[in-house]
Amino acid sequence: MSVPNDLQYTAEHEWVRLDGDIATIGITQYAADALGDVVYVDLPKIGATLTTGSIVGEVESTKSVGELYAPLDGEVVEANEAVAAAPETINADPYGDGWLVKIRVTGEHALLSADDYRALIGG
Amino acid sequence: MTLDTPSEHLAPLQQSPLHREHEALGAAFTDFGGWQMPVRYQSDLIEHHAVRDAAGLFDISHMAEISVTGADAGAFLDYALAGRLSTLPLLKAKYSLLLDESGGIVDDLIVYASAEAEFLVVANASNRHAVVEALVARQSGFDVQLADLTEQLALIAVQGPAARAVLAAVDDLELRDDLSRGRTLETLGYYAAMGMAWHGTSVFVARTGYTGEDGFELYVDAEQAVDLWRALLAAGQAYGLVPCGLAARDTLRLEAGMPLYGHELGRSIQPVQAGLGRVVVTDKPAFVGKAAIEAGPAPDARVLVGLSTEGRRAPRADYVVLHGDTEVGVITSGALSPTLGHPIAMAFVDPAHREPGTVLDVDVRGTRIAATVVSLPFYQRKATS
Repeated sequence: MSVPNDLQYTAEHEWVRLDGDIATIGITQYAADALGDVVYVDLPKIGATLTTGSIVGEVESTKSVGELYAPLDGEVVEANEAVAAAPETINADPYGDGWLVKIRVTGEHALLSADDYRALIGG
Repeated sequence: MTLDTPSEHLAPLQQSPLHREHEALGAAFTDFGGWQMPVRYQSDLIEHHAVRDAAGLFDISHMAEISVTGADAGAFLDYALAGRLSTLPLLKAKYSLLLDESGGIVDDLIVYASAEAEFLVVANASNRHAVVEALVARQSGFDVQLADLTEQLALIAVQGPAARAVLAAVDDLELRDDLSRGRTLETLGYYAAMGMAWHGTSVFVARTGYTGEDGFELYVDAEQAVDLWRALLAAGQAYGLVPCGLAARDTLRLEAGMPLYGHELGRSIQPVQAGLGRVVVTDKPAFVGKAAIEAGPAPDARVLVGLSTEGRRAPRADYVVLHGDTEVGVITSGALSPTLGHPIAMAFVDPAHREPGTVLDVDVRGTRIAATVVSLPFYQRKATS
């Protein structure tokens, strides 16, 4: 199960790549595998203000629905339209082309390290 | 991102005799009816399409098998179940229901007339104990013996247009006239069965299924299961056969409009509400649930319908169906249909809204989506010879 060391994580199976005050967000390979084939994603709109822990979107597979939580406070600056058109990208490349949104971070945040997240998912 | 977390079980989960094969094939597992079974091997969609286009191999050893033998076996089943099984010809199968006194559905079953004065009752894993208990409670006064064979038998399904060719290509799976009684894989009819010879034992081969495709279900001694599974995988390679998990089985059965216990069937549902009135034979002198079935459900009792929606967001089990601002039903199963490309669902709705063409709304997590009532099944394979 891939858990890249250069990313940070949440207990809700999301990953965050911080680059200055811009955070790129996606779901982990563990989450993508557990969902099965992703067939629909609903992403927040550009300009939307997010509050940590609030529900901002959803990821739907043939089998089930997962809600997407804001991993930190901020404003949406970009949503991945390519993944909305081809949701299977999330299964194929969850940490790369399968990213979901980019956020300009405004507040403090508390994220998990790769080791913490590995411990959480039992491996 | 929220994920389903497996429920905690007091009792340890049972494993199929094929469990190590599934691990070796990289399966992800799910808890199902007290069993740990493969949910997928590679991809729900690849496995689903394989069954529609070529063939899929399923381990369904979690299903419960109960043998009913004895001079009164047929008469006993006529009393214990909703159908008439006493006249079932030898080596034929029938879909039936086990009802309670209130006419509610305890389980849906396949019954085979497997030999003279012998029937094989196949029940859902989650209802195994309820079915055994009900059959035991109903046997007094009948000369029958019941045996729960679930753990002695493995059950392997081969489903899809290439299913017959796959079976025919398994070298050591042989027709032997004393077992097949003149039937062949070509002449075996739908809902019929025969024995075939396999490495010194017999395999009970039935042309049944739960996917809407042509297919076969093979009952084999648990000790022989690994050997047969591997032989089927090897023989199927040339035909595009892939191992398939329960996720694909669920989207396939939904497209085929087949009810799933706990979703479309349950103790609070009478057969006629689920479109299964024809399964109940009321002109029998006595059967459990007869009085309640004859009285029928309340006139406004909800009935099962198919719903079709546009877009990609599927109605899911327990979502509310609306007519204007009035709740008129509830979804029992739903998914984006891999074969049809749009969402499909089954729902119980008030009878006033049951007619195909009726347009209703489904509340999909706070968003209203228009849903059209359609006839079941959603998908039907083209007739073959």
